[in-house]
Amino acid sequence: MRADKTTQARFAWPANPKLKDAGSRLALAAGVLAVVCVGAVSAQHQISLSGDLQGKISYCKDCHGVSAQGYNGYYPIPRLAGQQPEYLQNQLRAFIEHRRTNNIMFNVAHSLSPAVLSALAAHFASLHPPPIGGAPHQLVATGRRIFEDGMPEVNIAACAACHGPDATGSGQIPRLAGQLYPYMIKTLGNWDKERGRNPTVPDAATIMSPVAHSLNKSQIEAVAAFVSTLR
Amino acid sequence: MRNNGASLAILIMLCPLFAVTVHAENLAVRNCTWCHGGSASGYPPAPALAGQRPQYVEKQLAYFHARTRDNPFARQYMWGAARNIDAESARNLALYFASLPPRAASDGVPNLVGIGRTIYQEGMPEANIVACLVCHGPNAEGVRDIPRLGGLDYSYLKRRLEQWNQGYHAAVGPPMISIASKLSDDQIEALASYLSFVK
Amino acid sequence: MSFRPPQRQRRRAFRSPPGATLILPAAVLALSFASPAAAQDNVSKAEVEAKLHYCEVCHGVSAQGFHGYYPIPRLAGQPTEYLKNQLQAFVERRRTSNIMFNVGHVLSPAMINALTTDFNQLNPKPVGGAPKENIDEGKNIFENGVAQANVPPCASCHGPQGKGNGPFPRLAGQLYDYISNKLTNWDKERGQNPSQPDTSAVMQPIAHSLTQPQIKAVAAYLSYLE
Repeated sequence: MRADKTTQARFAWPANPKLKDAGSRLALAAGVLAVVCVGAVSAQHQISLSGDLQGKISYCKDCHGVSAQGYNGYYPIPRLAGQQPEYLQNQLRAFIEHRRTNNIMFNVAHSLSPAVLSALAAHFASLHPPPIGGAPHQLVATGRRIFEDGMPEVNIAACAACHGPDATGSGQIPRLAGQLYPYMIKTLGNWDKERGRNPTVPDAATIMSPVAHSLNKSQIEAVAAFVSTLR
Repeated sequence: MRNNGASLAILIMLCPLFAVTVHAENLAVRNCTWCHGGSASGYPPAPALAGQRPQYVEKQLAYFHARTRDNPFARQYMWGAARNIDAESARNLALYFASLPPRAASDGVPNLVGIGRTIYQEGMPEANIVACLVCHGPNAEGVRDIPRLGGLDYSYLKRRLEQWNQGYHAAVGPPMISIASKLSDDQIEALASYLSFVK
Repeated sequence: MSFRPPQRQRRRAFRSPPGATLILPAAVLALSFASPAAAQDNVSKAEVEAKLHYCEVCHGVSAQGFHGYYPIPRLAGQPTEYLKNQLQAFVERRRTSNIMFNVGHVLSPAMINALTTDFNQLNPKPVGGAPKENIDEGKNIFENGVAQANVPPCASCHGPQGKGNGPFPRLAGQLYDYISNKLTNWDKERGQNPSQPDTSAVMQPIAHSLTQPQIKAVAAYLSYLE
């Protein structure tokens, strides 16, 4: 861009004794233009990132529910609302790296940029719809006992020790409160088939493996019923 | 004489039971199959009902009865058809249709089937299109109140997806409006084609 | 001759004040050391293994500690006497933890012996993760105490390397936020039965006299010790 008279008139360069020669004025013009262009591009990038993010959030909610409360599809689709963001990010990475097996979620996750990934996790963590419910209510009392006290005679640890007394989780430990009953059953019942699938890259899934193993079917159902009622 | 009298008495007492069972089937045969086909396999524009999820049929009959589902064919045909169907009849009809063996319409566009299958089974994450099978099942058979899509005819499936983009938002599962809004015309045709062939 | 107390006596023995060294239990201990198998007579290796794995679900791989919803302490390398005292305190509710009460009250003495021996012998690296800015101050407090607050050097009881001894717990490699929480909340959890004072009374004035920054500094320092 040439700093010609028209340009000068339009932009009204301030008189600067240091920029007497055309060369310096040109350099200044180029510099200003560069800053303006970069600024415009960044602004556009911010807008498109936000547009991308909104599109992605809507996409996730098509399956996970309008407030990410979860949905009983053909497969139970878990609640993401109120989930620990560190846990969500870990799971998305586990899907991408095939440490957690789920073809659908691999497809979903592997095209997510790190910025979108962490923005999604933060968004879902902020949602607080009530639980879907629907579990058999006669199991809830037993489930509460197992959750709060464990079953030390049969070496079942109290879930509350790690997941918290209100099952809201912490850091890498997931929230269980309000999670779908059939999803909890499927997850606890099939732990090793889906999680920790790369033995050379052990991950947090190994912590739950012995717990999932030591629970029998009716204990799993009871705990699942209990946490599914929690807000 | 006494034997005949006893048999007749028993028959008369059992009559109401027969009436209920036969009533549902008669109702279906007489009214629904005019449009939906003799074996409820559909006759465009009326979709197949054979093998459809009973909870789904029951819900849609209630929507037609209440005039909630309001697209043009619903108004023209189903509002009248469902006017006298109460909750119990709706349930009986739904169970009856669910019991009939489904038949694939197989009237989609064959060379779109591959694309349709990919969208159905894997979605299109870059376009924010979810994989249909997550809710509708790996064989498009549905579950609970999520409908079977497998074997429905091409024009019906295409029309439903288009209707949701035309603003007919009533009487449909929560994510379908959002999902339909992301599908292009080509993708709709591909999905409808693939599903029409699924047995 | 293996000493196997009858059920009732065993319960009573369980309730005796911790750390008390009576002649008869000393004889029991002597016999236990003489024939370790005798003390584990009524608990099988498989049962101990299973119980260990159960403990490690919360206390971490090799009992190194774990950041659950609550910070769950390192048990590795703990003196057996300290571990036994704490288990007893949980069961007698002199130390408040519903979860640990449940864990502890089903354990037989033989199981406790086996577990505490095993934990004592584990030696994983510290979990780490504490902020490092004030480690030097923490070291200073650990080795020299805080004279103006009448806080003795921690090392004088816990050992120069924080490895503990007898009733004094190992602090080396303990979780940073576990130590911070405990020192900050000493009275809320320990010594809960005023008519049955226990060794937790020793730490009470110390925990009170330390300020928050001092607690955090010494906790951070200890969390990195191997």
